[in-house]
Amino acid sequence: MSIFLDERTPVIVQGFTGRIGTFHAQEMIDYGTNLVGGVTPGKGGERHLERPVFNTVKDAVRDTGASASVVFVPPPFAADAIMEAADAGIRFCVCVTDGIPAQDMMRVKRYMRRYKKEDRMTLTGPNCAGTISPGKAMMGIMPGHIYMPGNVGLIGRSGTLGYEAASQMKAMGIGISTGVGIGGDPINGSAFRDHLERFEQDPETDLVVMIGEIGGPQEAEAAAFARDHMQKPVLAYIAGLTAPRGRTMGHAGAIVTSAGESAAEKVEILRAAGVGIIARPSEFGNAVAEALSKL
Amino acid sequence: MDIHEYQAKMLLADFGMPIARGGIAYSPEQAAYRAMELGGEKWVVKAQIHSGARGKAGGIKVCATENEVMDAANELLGRRLVTNQTGSQGKLVGRLYIEEATDIEREIYLAFVLDRSSERIMCVASSAGGMDIEEIVETDPDAIVRVPIEPAVGMQDFQAREIAFALGMDSAQIAEAVKALKACYRAFRDLDATMVEVNPLVVTTDGRIIALDAKMGFDDNALFRRPQISELRDKSQEDAREMNAADRGLSYVGLDGNIGCIINGAGLAMATMDMIKHVGGEPANFLDIGGGASPERVAKAFNLVLSDEGVDAILVNIFAGINRCDWVAEGVIQAMQKLDVPVPVVVRLSGTNVELGQQILADSDIDLITADTLAEAAEKAVAAAQFHQSASAEVKESEK
Repeated sequence: MSIFLDERTPVIVQGFTGRIGTFHAQEMIDYGTNLVGGVTPGKGGERHLERPVFNTVKDAVRDTGASASVVFVPPPFAADAIMEAADAGIRFCVCVTDGIPAQDMMRVKRYMRRYKKEDRMTLTGPNCAGTISPGKAMMGIMPGHIYMPGNVGLIGRSGTLGYEAASQMKAMGIGISTGVGIGGDPINGSAFRDHLERFEQDPETDLVVMIGEIGGPQEAEAAAFARDHMQKPVLAYIAGLTAPRGRTMGHAGAIVTSAGESAAEKVEILRAAGVGIIARPSEFGNAVAEALSKL
Repeated sequence: MDIHEYQAKMLLADFGMPIARGGIAYSPEQAAYRAMELGGEKWVVKAQIHSGARGKAGGIKVCATENEVMDAANELLGRRLVTNQTGSQGKLVGRLYIEEATDIEREIYLAFVLDRSSERIMCVASSAGGMDIEEIVETDPDAIVRVPIEPAVGMQDFQAREIAFALGMDSAQIAEAVKALKACYRAFRDLDATMVEVNPLVVTTDGRIIALDAKMGFDDNALFRRPQISELRDKSQEDAREMNAADRGLSYVGLDGNIGCIINGAGLAMATMDMIKHVGGEPANFLDIGGGASPERVAKAFNLVLSDEGVDAILVNIFAGINRCDWVAEGVIQAMQKLDVPVPVVVRLSGTNVELGQQILADSDIDLITADTLAEAAEKAVAAAQFHQSASAEVKESEK
């Protein structure tokens, strides 16, 4: 098993017929994702990549039974697209779009609380690389071939740093059960903590690696969760030791504004909670191999 | 994006925040004229730069005559003001705000921030005004009031009243205080701010409430729908290189080290900088050229990094995911052929077609250093920078 996604999960793409949506939809199909169609308002009834196009997410869900969606809609319209997915009964949504206004995401999060917890969509991103269950299916923009199937759960904010970790692990013969990108924005759909909980329950995951960075409270919240609720070992790397305070480091959310948000402080908080620290970004492979050998 | 104090005050006043009367001046003559226009017997000449702590840095002067206003303006205009927030370069004072002086009874700290924990706009206030919030957190943390605002309905009167009473306002001032608080909240919400700080909000000796200083920051991702905010941009307050980078779709932050970094992806960029630090070096910059890493972007990145004269070596670290290492390698070679790169360059590629990419780099006649792993790349970059630094020091010595 893996979390969120396997080769049977029926997936649609919002922003299906655009240039970026088309390119990555094809990549997902080639990887083995069960892509059942897409949504572009005004193009309903057409076919694209040999799959049906719908005007609304509700139409797509009704006709295809889709339970998951990837959003490639441009920033001004992306929050609306996420809420449309939540309302149509989509269970798992990956939003790749970078550049959504923070207050739009605030409204999205507020809107999603209208649904009872058991009916509520899980959102990852925005501004994330996607989610992959290696060997089964991929939603997003990840290069599938660098991931090997295995028993390590991976959660990260950054795209390319996640790829770096996955390929170091693959080079040592270590595979991944599911890799989840949560994105680099200040307000995101779900946090490290939410996915730690899923991995703790997943029988095919034996260990979890989280890749955090400066800014925000989510690494510290994850530390408390790991300490209080997890049996499986958790390893963490936090990027941004050299980042100056008060400056945005590429990701809109990667900025230290208050106490506890710097890389050094997060490392201390995680260490104190019993999370294993990966001290250097060159040691993802070694550190995971060592932790696995102790299981 | 940041704006000036006087701009923030104008915006807040539009939403109903009371401010003192004042005017903007670009020359000493204009400053004196503003003072005359305002009338009264005491004025404050305030340097407009994108930084707090201007008072401690000598950027705010109280004047009793129009001549004093002219002298203060003469002294401030054209100067680079260094505060504890600007870095050692300081920021250029290009405009002044001339304001009627206010007789202060007490000072209050008031801010609205985007709180990432509650994912809401949060009001943060303290009766200990005039200090930085960091100082208040250290000296009197219990004096801080924090009230999150429900996004579906906005700030309610009762919340504003609770805050006002907690700040020790007199009953007679409550209505004014509620108006001021709601003005800040609405400005934050309606203008896509990320921060509104009024420090201090003052109660005057005659019992009025006034925003004596104001600072606002805005969500860059929302500027597309806030053209009136974009117009307030003052490019003289921004780092030229960072602005240049942003105009080219690159994300750059200048630092004090000597190893230039060209990397795709923000997380990998931060991690590479950390790696440089771990092996004893200091990065000269953060630079994310985006996931794609096209040859054009690599070339732009080289230009940008080389515009920093403190760079002694460049480390290129590209993870080719959707694209391929052979294509990135060709791009690096093309960029280096076109440019005259006067410092050693270390290139580390990983991901798709990595062997082919490395082969292309090895076979080219361009002088570059290759590395297989992140650790090796950082070590080689640090060594190359040290070598280049001592070599160029020797050249300078022999020129003497």
